[in-house]
Amino acid sequence: MAEALLTLEDIFVQYGELPVLQVPSLEVHAGEVLAVIGPNGAGKSTLLRVMGLLEQPIRGRVIFQGQEATRENALNLRRRMASVFQEPLLLNASVYENAALGLRLRGLDRRTTEQRVRPWLERLGIVHLADRPARSLSGGEAQRTSLVRALALNPDLLLLDEPFSALDPPTREGLLLDLETILQETKITTVFVTHERSEASILGDSVAVLIGGRFRQVGPSVEVFTQPVNEEVARFVGVETKLSGVVETATAGLARVRFNGGEAEVVGDFRPGERVLLCLRPEDITLSLRETEGLRSSARNRLAGAVVKVTPWGSHFRVVVDCDGSRLVALITRPSFTDLGLAEAKPVVASFKATAVHVIRLR
Amino acid sequence: MELILEGVFTAFRLIFSGDADVWAITWLSFTVSGAATLIALILGIPLGIMLAMTRFAGRGIAVALVNTGMGLPPVVVGLFISIMLWRSGPLGFLNLIYSPTAMVIAQVVIAFPIVAGLTMAAFQTLNPRLRLQLLGIGASKLQLLWLLCKEARLPLLAAVMAGFGGVISEVGSVLMVGGNIKGQTRVLTTATVLETSMGNFGTAIALGLILLTLSFAVNFALTRIQQREQIRWPRPS
Repeated sequence: MAEALLTLEDIFVQYGELPVLQVPSLEVHAGEVLAVIGPNGAGKSTLLRVMGLLEQPIRGRVIFQGQEATRENALNLRRRMASVFQEPLLLNASVYENAALGLRLRGLDRRTTEQRVRPWLERLGIVHLADRPARSLSGGEAQRTSLVRALALNPDLLLLDEPFSALDPPTREGLLLDLETILQETKITTVFVTHERSEASILGDSVAVLIGGRFRQVGPSVEVFTQPVNEEVARFVGVETKLSGVVETATAGLARVRFNGGEAEVVGDFRPGERVLLCLRPEDITLSLRETEGLRSSARNRLAGAVVKVTPWGSHFRVVVDCDGSRLVALITRPSFTDLGLAEAKPVVASFKATAVHVIRLR
Repeated sequence: MELILEGVFTAFRLIFSGDADVWAITWLSFTVSGAATLIALILGIPLGIMLAMTRFAGRGIAVALVNTGMGLPPVVVGLFISIMLWRSGPLGFLNLIYSPTAMVIAQVVIAFPIVAGLTMAAFQTLNPRLRLQLLGIGASKLQLLWLLCKEARLPLLAAVMAGFGGVISEVGSVLMVGGNIKGQTRVLTTATVLETSMGNFGTAIALGLILLTLSFAVNFALTRIQQREQIRWPRPS
């Protein structure tokens, strides 16, 4: 792969006695959108401040475009980046003045500034607000202004720290989709921090899972979401069904695992007696009624159980099924929900393909 | 009642006849307090910013001292500066006692904590994350300070007004370190005290009116600057 745009080496940050960030190494490549996800207090914002040269780590090196950041060149390097935070943090001035601020700070004249700011105001749909005082904006409009302020700089690296988390759902979705298009078109290298895995999967080419100040998994978005390396990551990327069991029999490339309440076939090379954790995403589990069980032949694994709970889940229904003590969570569409006539205590069969199971070896 | 009417009459006569003594006194009041306020701003704003934005050992004590200083009684300041500047005092060799410079020094001591304290309060009302955001879009340290001052301009102007208002109206310290010497260190407040004690109520009222007018004019000018942009704000939709 090409040389990294930004490299972190041996970064260590602690507040008081508490270590908040420990990154032996991390690379951000030009043109990529790296989504950093993790729970609150995982060190995500600290990571972004270190990358943005806004916070000096206790030790470690930040290398941006081949130059190691020092006290002397920090301003220079910082001016090739742009940060957007959770709060819009606008000055008490007009929308235009706020949007133009970064360029003015770099000493650009009024005309050039205007030529670069206007298109972005239009692109984010706030050009009609240009003369409005920033304090009179709604949350979404203010965050759009903050984004224009960053994008107008045409930064080599864009740092977004939970830019949507203070917005209401419709506003958030609108802005998220706009940003997705913008990042695809401009190819601006972006590090995007969020605790919403949906945002991470929409925007991120790569996903890094940060828990307790350490990266637990970094890789292509699909890989991290479907093949979490351990239970902690699995929980965070939305694997809701986790069955811990023991490998009973193993043949080449296929194994049979026994767990509390049933058995399942999984793909992979394992040894009998090995302890494993089976991970299933809710969308990979299908439900059927007992009578029609035989028709679903493509799914190798079937577990009989009873519905415990049904919750509307956006356009889907989230169904919790109890199979002799093992809990499975399935996400089913509205039509199949109606067809099956699901209700609490109703007996069902949960099925999933052997290939849909992601297996984590325990110790 | 007759006394007051006569006083007001005298006041208008003195003001509009352009009495040289009265104008000299007014001018000295304005320059002494103006200079003191300016110096207090130069010292107090950086200190206030530092107290608001940085954390260091002893900061708590410094903040408490500044807050106490905001209510410093002028006579105590007068006493202290008098002792320092007294001919036989530690700074007596400077030969400053009973001079306008001594009065400026005393008023700086009074205004400085007011300016520092209100500046600190002004900067503490700013979102602490604003600083990171401004650095995050490429502000240098100096640009950051300038932008933060601009952002805190409304309460900062209040600090200027409070500082000037505090010293233009005080009498204790200027009387003690200036000595109320006619033509040299007599200012509006000390002259008013003197005229009143001599029973010259007309002159005293005239001086009082001028003091009020001066104070009003300065504050009015500052308020105009402070409130200028707020007036044209549209109603939030």
